[in-house]
Amino acid sequence: MIRIPCPHCGPRDSAEFRHTGNPRPRPSVERVTPQDWRRYLYERDNVAGWVTETWYHSFGCRRFVTVSRNTVTNEVATDSADDGPPPPAAGRHRAGSASGSDS
Amino acid sequence: MSGHHGPTRRRTARYSAFSVARRGFGGREWPRAWRRHDLAPRYDVVIVGAGVHGLAAAYYLAANHGITDVAVLDKGYVGGGGSGRNTAIVRSNYLTPEGVRFYDRSVKLYERLAVELNYNVMFSQRGHLTLAHNDASLRTMAWRAEVNTLQGVASSVIGPRDVKKLAPALDVSPGARYPILGALYHPPGGIIRHDAVNWGYARGADALGVQIHQDAEVLGIDVDHGRVRGVRTSRGDVSTPVVLNATAGWSSLVSALAGVKLPIVTHPLQAAVTEPVKVFLRTVVVSGSLHVYVSQTDRGELVFGASVDPYPSYSTRGSLEFVEEVAAHVLELMPGVGRLRLLRQWAGLCDMTPDYSPIMGFTPVDGFLVDVGWGTYGFKAGPVSGEQMAELVATGKTPELISAFSLSRFDAGTLVGEKGAASVGH
Repeated sequence: MIRIPCPHCGPRDSAEFRHTGNPRPRPSVERVTPQDWRRYLYERDNVAGWVTETWYHSFGCRRFVTVSRNTVTNEVATDSADDGPPPPAAGRHRAGSASGSDS
Repeated sequence: MSGHHGPTRRRTARYSAFSVARRGFGGREWPRAWRRHDLAPRYDVVIVGAGVHGLAAAYYLAANHGITDVAVLDKGYVGGGGSGRNTAIVRSNYLTPEGVRFYDRSVKLYERLAVELNYNVMFSQRGHLTLAHNDASLRTMAWRAEVNTLQGVASSVIGPRDVKKLAPALDVSPGARYPILGALYHPPGGIIRHDAVNWGYARGADALGVQIHQDAEVLGIDVDHGRVRGVRTSRGDVSTPVVLNATAGWSSLVSALAGVKLPIVTHPLQAAVTEPVKVFLRTVVVSGSLHVYVSQTDRGELVFGASVDPYPSYSTRGSLEFVEEVAAHVLELMPGVGRLRLLRQWAGLCDMTPDYSPIMGFTPVDGFLVDVGWGTYGFKAGPVSGEQMAELVATGKTPELISAFSLSRFDAGTLVGEKGAASVGH
């Protein structure tokens, strides 16, 4: 079982999240060749080790969080939430930021 | 085709009823079924991965094509990866004509494998039920039945009453949380003893002169001017013109050693087994909606499998979450097994491709071949992949049966979509 440090809700069980994968740069649609486009669509690094990835907290705050995880041990770096807002100072994020941080 | 070679006959005689009885009463230790070797400096063919795919390829290279200067390398032991971790289900009721033809050949090879290898692989064709809990699944089942029938594979849609006859333990009442509306019934499907298949191929290949090297990890693949020159291993360097990557779980990493990138993401898949009880479940039962498949082994244990874990990982550690989920879903289907206790659970690694079909054949690197991307359906295809990859190595041409599964299909955009039939709950 993986425990994900959600910057909004604190450490939560991975069952509350949906794994949405590793971010990949999308090639420019105007310039890309069919080969490169298919490479972008299909080829994966499939790293054995530390990766930076996105999880969606579907049964929690419903925001996307950035997580560093070791795919061999499933260890999660606890200071990985750099991209998100700071950990909740008692309900500060309830209003306003819903669309802004759901990137 | 094979099995008539001198060495195989000589060796396999050791497992006659007479010799088993004599050994059993004599109390002497059994000799090793395959030999140990030092690594030679050169081989005609190096196969990475001593699972069912690698061993079958080695066996058919020797048996069908007379190519015996072959080394099978494994960083662990024979059948220690996916080949020893799957739920041992064999079937061919797939969705695409290419898939059905391919897996049907595997079932045919499995049917005579015990005779071919003179090794009891305990193939039990007890029938295979894929349950439909909603209209959409029933439509897919009807589609699969039509495709299968057209390819000559026995497969039909049956109603709840016939399901109940085949598997009386199932709750087919309309009041169930996930009512069983029908099923795809596939009589030739069944279960097999996967360890015996691995060991049988290892023994057969060894008898024909193939070298099996356990505890020999491939650390590098030498490529020079786009051609494979050799492999570097934890036990020394080997030169070879042909390297076949037949790994599962590590196929991306091994291919990366040769500079080949694959469209693969690795997910763990968990399975569990209960204590043995008297036989009550004859067929294999699969429910896509409930993400579970169940069969009862000849020893009486119930074997449960599920869908892959919902995130990529190379970890084979089991989770409590899986056990909770699989138990709940099995109880949905068979309320009567609530008192059964789980003996153990485990996980294997599944290399998932975008279209849920495998990748077999040539790569941009000359001499570097792949037999990878076996997702959740690798074991049942072991014999046919071995046979076809051996033919590819021997002839230098892609056999028709596997031409649809080439790596280049992702560039060409000709995917072989098997998502609807490859496994459960993707």
